[in-house]
Amino acid sequence: MPSKDLPQMPRIPSLTRRRFIQGVTAGAAVAAAGLHGLPALGEVAPHMPKTLSGKRFDLTIHYMPVNFTGKRATAMAVNGSVPGPILRWREGDHVSIFVTNRLKVPTSIHWHSLRIPADMDGVPGLTFAGIMPGETFHYHFQVKQNGTAWYHSHTRFQEQSGLRGPLIIDPNPLGADPIQFDREHVIFLSDWTDTNPETIFSNLKEESDYYNYHKHTVPEFFSAVQRHGFRSTVKKRLAWAKMNMSNGDISDVSAATYTYLLNGNPPGWNWTGLFHRGEKVRLRFINGSAMTFFDVRIPGLKMTVVQADGNDVEPVPVDEFRIGVAERYDVIVEPQDERAYTIFAQSMDRTGYARGTLAPRMGMTAPIPPMDPRPKLTMMDMGMNMGSMAGMKMTNMNGIDGMTSSDMSGMHMDGGNMQSSMRMPMENPQQAARSRMAAISNAAKQSMQNMHWKQTDSNLGKTPFPQPSPYTKPAVVLPEKEFHAMESSIKPSNPVHLHIGPQVESIAQHVEPRLNSPGAGLDHNGRRVLTYADLRSPYPGVDGRPPSREIELHLTGNMNRYVWGFNGETFSNDNPIVLKLGERVRFVLINDTMMSHPIHLHGLWSELENGQEEHRPFKDTIIVKPAERVSYLVSADTPGHWAYHCHLLYHMEAGMFRAVVVLP
Amino acid sequence: MKTRNASTGHSIPARVSFLWPAVFSLCAAIFISPGVASAQSSPTHAKVTSALPGLMMPHMGNHQWFAHVLFDQLEDRTNGTDHTFRWDGEGWIGTDMNKLWIKSEGSVSNGVMSDGDQEFLYDRPIPHMRYFDAQVGLREDLDSGPSRTWAAIGIEGLAPYFFEFAPTLYIGNGGDVAGRINASYELMFTQRLIAEPEVEMNFYSQNDPARNIGSGLSEIDTGIRLRYEFSRKFAPYVGFAYNGAYGDTATYAQQHGESTSNPNFVFGIRAWY
Repeated sequence: MPSKDLPQMPRIPSLTRRRFIQGVTAGAAVAAAGLHGLPALGEVAPHMPKTLSGKRFDLTIHYMPVNFTGKRATAMAVNGSVPGPILRWREGDHVSIFVTNRLKVPTSIHWHSLRIPADMDGVPGLTFAGIMPGETFHYHFQVKQNGTAWYHSHTRFQEQSGLRGPLIIDPNPLGADPIQFDREHVIFLSDWTDTNPETIFSNLKEESDYYNYHKHTVPEFFSAVQRHGFRSTVKKRLAWAKMNMSNGDISDVSAATYTYLLNGNPPGWNWTGLFHRGEKVRLRFINGSAMTFFDVRIPGLKMTVVQADGNDVEPVPVDEFRIGVAERYDVIVEPQDERAYTIFAQSMDRTGYARGTLAPRMGMTAPIPPMDPRPKLTMMDMGMNMGSMAGMKMTNMNGIDGMTSSDMSGMHMDGGNMQSSMRMPMENPQQAARSRMAAISNAAKQSMQNMHWKQTDSNLGKTPFPQPSPYTKPAVVLPEKEFHAMESSIKPSNPVHLHIGPQVESIAQHVEPRLNSPGAGLDHNGRRVLTYADLRSPYPGVDGRPPSREIELHLTGNMNRYVWGFNGETFSNDNPIVLKLGERVRFVLINDTMMSHPIHLHGLWSELENGQEEHRPFKDTIIVKPAERVSYLVSADTPGHWAYHCHLLYHMEAGMFRAVVVLP
Repeated sequence: MKTRNASTGHSIPARVSFLWPAVFSLCAAIFISPGVASAQSSPTHAKVTSALPGLMMPHMGNHQWFAHVLFDQLEDRTNGTDHTFRWDGEGWIGTDMNKLWIKSEGSVSNGVMSDGDQEFLYDRPIPHMRYFDAQVGLREDLDSGPSRTWAAIGIEGLAPYFFEFAPTLYIGNGGDVAGRINASYELMFTQRLIAEPEVEMNFYSQNDPARNIGSGLSEIDTGIRLRYEFSRKFAPYVGFAYNGAYGDTATYAQQHGESTSNPNFVFGIRAWY
C-alpha cells in the first residue's frame, strides 16, 4: 500500500538561486565533503521537481534560463521547470489539460504510452496541427490505464531542449495496485546539452562521428598488438575498417556535449530521495533522454523490477538494468541500513553518468562507482553468424573498393575457428534479404494451412482493449495448440521491399532474437542484469487472438551520411503502414544497422513476443539490438493516425519514422 | 599574355554554352537512374496523402537543407626563405540526396596566384554505393594565369578502410581532358591529435604552355599534417608538404627558373562550420 504521507520534500531552491549553482562546482563540493555519508557542504541543494495532481491542469510552455553545466543556456520549460513537473493522474478520471505556448515557435505535447483518441496524441502534422505561439490547446480525455508514463514535445528537437516530464497514473482505487510499497520516488533520467539541438543535428550530418571521442588510435593499436599479437589485431581492425565501421560506435551523441540529469540534477547536485530503513521504496525510472541509453544500478541494493513501460510484470530481482530511450522500469528496493545509496545511471557509451542518492536524511552521499569499460560491438552485432559462413552483406555494388566480383573474402577472426565472410554482392541484395525471409516464413507455416479464424464477435477489437490487470480476463481463450496452429498459418502480408539506396549501409545476413542478452557491454559483467526475456506479465492479455498477418520492417541506415529509415526509405518517401480496425497483427523488426533502436508505436500496445506466450509483456517502446530480429503483437483497436518511430530523437528526424494508420 | 587573357575572357560564353548541355544531361542521367527515382519526394508524397484523405504529414528533418564549409588547408608553406599562402576548401548546401558543392583551391606567392581551381558541382549519392557521391559541374581555373573552363565529373567519398577518395575527370572545350585524384587518410594518435597524410595528383591530355602545364602526370601535391582538434571545427596544424612537377610541366617550370621539386614546412588551420 502506498503510504498516505509522501516523502518530505526539501525546500525547492528558487530559480534565481538555482541558476547560479553550477553542476561542476557542486560536484567538487560533494567530493570535498567526502563520500561516506558525510553531509555535503550544505550550499548545494538539489532541485526537486514539483508534482501537479488532479483533473485539470494548466501548463505553460516557455523559455527559461538554466545552468546545468556552469554555463548559462536557454531551455524550454513547463511551468518553470526543466524537466517539467510530475503530472499525477488517476485511472478513470476525465482529465483536462490546457497547454499554452509562450514560445516563439509552434509546440506540442505528446503523452507517451497513453491509449487515447488519436487527436489527443499530440503529434503535429499527424494528429493535430500543433500549438501555435500564443495559443492554448485543450487536451481532454479519459485515462483508461495506470502506470509510469511520461510526456514530451513532439516538435523538432524541443524534447532535447527540456520540454519533457514524468506522467504517473495511479490505479483507481489506489488499493487496487497489486504492487506493494511504502513510498515512491520518480527517477527521471535525461540528457542535457548547452548546444542548440539543430546544431547537433547539422554536425552529425556533416561528420557523423562528431561526438565520438573514443575512436581507435595508433597507441591503442600497438597495445592491442602487444596483447593479442600483430596478425590477429590487424585482421580484426581490417574486418571493421573494410566496411568503414567501428566497433566502438555505441552512441551518436555522447557526454562530449551531454550532461546527464537525474530529475533535472547534474551528478554534482546530488538529487536525494528519502527512505526509512526497512521500507519498500518504489522507484519509477523513466528514460526521458533524447539519445541516451542508461545502465542503472544502485550498489548495495537489489532492485526488483515490477513494471515495464507502465505495465505490471512478475517481479524480477536484478542488480542492473538497461533502460532505452523512452522506456520505463518500476523497481522496488528495500534498504535495510541507515545509510546512503548511490543511484548510478551510466550512459551506454560510458562517457558519463546521471547520479542521485537514496538516503535516510538529506545531505548524505555514498561512493560513486567507477564507470564500466566501454562496450565493444562484436561481429554478431554486425550480423555475422559466428562460426558459419554468413555475414553482413554490404550494399556496395561497385568495385571501387577493389573487391573482386566473386564473393568470398574469408576473414579469420582471432579465436581460431570463427570464420566469416563479408560479401560484396553482385546480385541484388534485396534477393538475399527475400530468400532469407522466405526461409523464415517457410519454417513457420508447416501445418494447418487452411485454418480460418472465425470471430465469435465481429466487433471484437474495434474498441480499445483494457490494459491487462488482475481484474481483466482474456476475451478470447484459445487452446494453446489451436493458437499455434493458426499462428503458423499466417503469411507476411508485406513482402519486404527493401529500397537499397544510399540510405542503406548494410543488411545483416544473420539475425536472431537475442532477448536473453541484456545488450552490448552488459553480458557476463558479474551482475544480474535484466533482459527482455525476463519480462512476464502476471496477467494474460485481453486479446487472445493470434495475429492474422505479419508486417516485417527492416531498420536501416547509413551512419556515415546520417540517414535513417525503415526498409531503406526515409519517412516522407514511403507510405504509411495501414492496419484495419479490429485486426491483430505481428510486427517483425529486423535491425540491419549497428545501433540499438528503441522503436515506439503510439496509441497501441506492443506485446513483446519474448517466449512468455500469453503472458507476454505489454510495452510501448522496444529496443532492437544490432542484427536482432524482434517481433511483437499489436491489436489495432483504436482508429486514427499514429506515429511509429525510433525514439532516438536525431534518428527520428533523420527519417526513421512512419505513420501507422488504423482505418475504421 | 594580356592579349591571350582578353581573348580567353571573350570566348568564355562560347565555352559555357558548349558545356552546359553536357552537364545537364549528366545530371539527368543520374536523376533517372533506377535506384534513385523513388527518393524524389513529391510523387510518393502525393500518393500517400491522396490514398488517405485527412492524413497530414508531419514536417521531419529528412528533407532538410544543411550547409557546411570546410577549409581543409588554410596554410603558409615555407622552405625558410619563400612563403606561399595556400587554401583548399569545400562547401556544400542541400539535402541528403541533392547538394550543390563548391570546391576552391589556390596558392598565392609574391602577389601571384597560381593553381587557382574553383569548382561548382551538383552532388548526389550514387545508388548502391554506400559512401560515394557523384558530382558533375564546372571547373574554372581562375588565377593570375589565363583562365580555363572545364566540365567536371567525378566521385567523392569514403573508400573501404576509411580512405577519403575523390577522382575527377575534366573535359575542356577543345576536347582536351584532365584528371585529378585526391586521397587522404586520418591517423589518430589521440582523440584530438590527428595526422592526415594526403595526396593530390593532376593529369592533362595536352600541353597548355600558357598555364605552364604539360601532358601526362603534371603535378603531385602531397603532405602530412598533424593537427590538434581543440574542437572538431577548429584545429591548427603543422606539417610537411611536397609539391613536384613532372614531364613537360617540369620543363616549363625550369624554363621559368622555378624549382620542380618543392618541399615545404606548412602551418595553418583546418576549420569548418
